[in-house]
Amino acid sequence: MRKSTGTFAKAACAATVFIAGCASAPSAPDVLATLKASFSERGIAKLDRLDQTDLQRICSEAAASGRPLDEKTRESLQKAIYDKIPYPADGKYLGDWREGEKIAQSGRGLQFSDVAGAPNGANCYACHQITPQEISYGNQGPSLLKYGVLRGVKDPASPASEAVVKYTWGRIWNTHAFNACNGMPRFGDAGILTPAQIKDVMALLLDPQSPVNR
Amino acid sequence: MKPEPVIAAVKWAWLALLFVACGVVAQTKSSADAIADYRASLQDGNPADLNAARGEQLWKTPRGPKNATLQACDMGLGPGKVTGAVAVLPRYFADTGRVMDVESRLVYCMVTLQGFRTEDFSAATVFSGEGQKASAVEDIVAYLYDESRDAVINIPQQHPLEKQAYARGRQIFYYKGGTHDFSCASCHGEDGRRIRLQDLPNLTKQKPAQEAFSQWPAYRVSQGALRTMQWRLYDCFRQQRFPELQYLSPASVDLITFLGVNANGGKMAAPAIKR
Repeated sequence: MRKSTGTFAKAACAATVFIAGCASAPSAPDVLATLKASFSERGIAKLDRLDQTDLQRICSEAAASGRPLDEKTRESLQKAIYDKIPYPADGKYLGDWREGEKIAQSGRGLQFSDVAGAPNGANCYACHQITPQEISYGNQGPSLLKYGVLRGVKDPASPASEAVVKYTWGRIWNTHAFNACNGMPRFGDAGILTPAQIKDVMALLLDPQSPVNR
Repeated sequence: MKPEPVIAAVKWAWLALLFVACGVVAQTKSSADAIADYRASLQDGNPADLNAARGEQLWKTPRGPKNATLQACDMGLGPGKVTGAVAVLPRYFADTGRVMDVESRLVYCMVTLQGFRTEDFSAATVFSGEGQKASAVEDIVAYLYDESRDAVINIPQQHPLEKQAYARGRQIFYYKGGTHDFSCASCHGEDGRRIRLQDLPNLTKQKPAQEAFSQWPAYRVSQGALRTMQWRLYDCFRQQRFPELQYLSPASVDLITFLGVNANGGKMAAPAIKR
């Protein structure tokens, strides 16, 4: 499948030489130099945000080429990330779903116009359906309506729920452990949310009392 | 002439109309349809017409340290020729040796003909505040686009620097970075995506690229301001959690070239009016 896509792209390129998209791509340093010459640091947003992590580079190249990662690369990448997920030392995974809802609603944080030190939001609703009450939600990510119920979570603290609870924590901490190069931010790994905030979002998704599950 | 209070009154009238319109149609139509209806209801009275009228005056009035008009400005079709000019920009200009978008070329004329300084033009000085009076650049940009309505988009890819701008623009479009790992493609690389209820155009496809390219600059009702293509990119990158995009920067021209070439064959319809 991947091979045929690549072959198709080459054939399309050869057949349509007038399309500029087939012009040889500029090298990565050329692109980075252009970006560094085009942006200024402002407030909390410094120029080092333009320096890519390995994962950002790999995922950018995959998207630009139209060729998804090969299975071997994907699996080793995901495993390395999965193995580094830190879980709460106190074994407590759930905070307050009401706080989690506020975090899910807020799109504040880490823009150059945002003040340093204020708590960040996660803006979950930008991409996900979550509670039935909020009808202004995006569709970049899957619906999370009835998230806990659909996964059989009756008591999040019970051993029966442990696998789902830990998976959910990992998903929020660094989504690339499960689906490398998907579009969700690394809320824990990139320091967008604090561990306490992630616990609140966990409660929104998994607490049986949360509107998500009621 | 004091157009600002008029604009404010018109803006509030529209906002009121929006609430009524949403209330009536929300039960039976999708939000996208409702927004399309809302946009259609605005088309008869676009405050950008006022920007364009002011821009025409600014174009023809002697201004700047050299007290000169912009009527000798060559936007690419020859000195003073503005009809259709924006539909073929960005393009390579031999006199500067660079690929230039509409705003870069306009500022170049304001500097060379009128004696303004390049450093006078930045995001802070060109982009007006919400509900505030438009800057001279914003008004003149509105005028230039207004003169190119219905012109067919035909962004050239002949000169090597034009090809490079497109290729680099494409790379930048897919370049993930920052705290959230976002690239332009994160939001604008697939069909049928929304942020909250806002539809996101897939800018790699011809038709949505045509709609986007042909409808900027636009009067943003929610901000009470005319917004240019440079502003559109600037504010996207803010939400992308990148540092601050410099006005007229090389990356901005590359991206506008990428979008423009993808939009070739479309028809200009700017300044448009948007939510």
